[in-house]
Amino acid sequence: MATATRPLATQLEELSSDEILRYSRHLILPEVALDGQQRLKASRVLLIGAGGLGSPLALYLAAAGVGTIGLVDFDVVDVTNLQRQIVHGTSDVGRPKLESARDRLKDMNPHVHVEGYETRLTSENALEIVRDYDIVIDGTDNFATRYLTNDACVILGKPNVYGSIYRFEGQSSVFATEDGPCYRCLYPEPPPPGLVPSCAEGGVLGVLPGLVGTIQATEGIKLLLGIGEPLIGRLLLIDALRMQFRTMRLRKNPECPACGTHEIRELIDYDQFCGVGGDPLESQEGIPELTPAELKTKQQRADDFDLIDVREPHEWAIARIPGARLVPLSAFTDSLSQFDSARDIVVHCKVGARSAKAVRQLQAAGFKRVWNLAGGILRWSDEVDPTVPKY
Amino acid sequence: MAVTLFLPTVLAKLAEGKAIESNGDTVGAIVADVATRYPNLAPRLRDETGQPYPFVTFYLNDEDIRFQGGFDAKVSDGDELTVVPAIAGG
Repeated sequence: MATATRPLATQLEELSSDEILRYSRHLILPEVALDGQQRLKASRVLLIGAGGLGSPLALYLAAAGVGTIGLVDFDVVDVTNLQRQIVHGTSDVGRPKLESARDRLKDMNPHVHVEGYETRLTSENALEIVRDYDIVIDGTDNFATRYLTNDACVILGKPNVYGSIYRFEGQSSVFATEDGPCYRCLYPEPPPPGLVPSCAEGGVLGVLPGLVGTIQATEGIKLLLGIGEPLIGRLLLIDALRMQFRTMRLRKNPECPACGTHEIRELIDYDQFCGVGGDPLESQEGIPELTPAELKTKQQRADDFDLIDVREPHEWAIARIPGARLVPLSAFTDSLSQFDSARDIVVHCKVGARSAKAVRQLQAAGFKRVWNLAGGILRWSDEVDPTVPKY
Repeated sequence: MAVTLFLPTVLAKLAEGKAIESNGDTVGAIVADVATRYPNLAPRLRDETGQPYPFVTFYLNDEDIRFQGGFDAKVSDGDELTVVPAIAGG
């Protein structure tokens, strides 16, 4: 197990008497003390993402007195974020997340300097942004940015405090330290697109990023101060349903192209590496579509057709299009025999991706008159019937 | 050798629960047995040729099997095998 020996924050910065009072509960901890707090003030931490993980991270790092917090995010606050992204409030909906987070952090602690990067982290800008920081904390929501963050940290020798979540489970570790493993040692390659659903598709317990983000914040502060035993060479697995925490041993892979052989000397194309946009199975080509307005017309004409909803029963319980019949995609293959190939079939889901897969299955089974509802029930709500709730 | 395979919640619905009892001499034999018993789970554990994916890590007790011979790693009675697929949510 790795034990921290030297603090990452090497500079000390004087504290005002206001700050001494504010941080008094830190100052009376011998493991932090005055010089530790001065180190925190002089330190610079970069957060990739101001979302679920980034929210508790930013709040606790600001409260703790980390002098400069860099935030990389290009999104705007959406009402569906508020179930877990506690740095933003209801009045912030529609504002850029950077502005919203900056205001909240400034209120939390006016002594903290917030540097915003309203951009996607890319191979072109990552090294330039990361270079100026002591530590990077990965709170992003996609594989491409995770590999990019990892490689940038390995190349520049910056510790990467990793966290990721899905539904009720989370992972955390500290990557890219001098002798420790990196993200590629844990997962050499990402899964193909579509295999692992995002939180937007699969859901996430709102408090889970709180659990995992505060673990990342704790690790970040420990590294800056050089105290305790950081999660270097250990993968923490968090199961919120069982409330079980396990740590697995992580080894540095001597053949790792990033931190082992160092054959990755510059940043690559991470969308290509992760297969984003390149999967022909995900393409909508060759799938006949119907717009919500066209479906409405078809219903008003009383055309003879079947409207099939391929979402799951718990989504059906939230909202449905009148006249639809539920046949979840998970059971679709077994249900093909119940469809009548002589009738027109319109298939829909939430946004149109799952129903496109269902259309492909029907086409493969010989059905000719099949359409996908473009944009799914969300677009139906936007363009035809706003009384259908969106989720 | 009697081994327990632990699945994350997201994969547990493809089997009978989070913990599956199995028998075999190697990690690969355990995975093959579980894949045969739960065909819907099979493609989430290993590829079509029966090899491990680079985005699904298996821990034999608390050690990554990649450093113990991969699917050829020997198992003992009472061992725990834990499946940890990559997740990216944040």
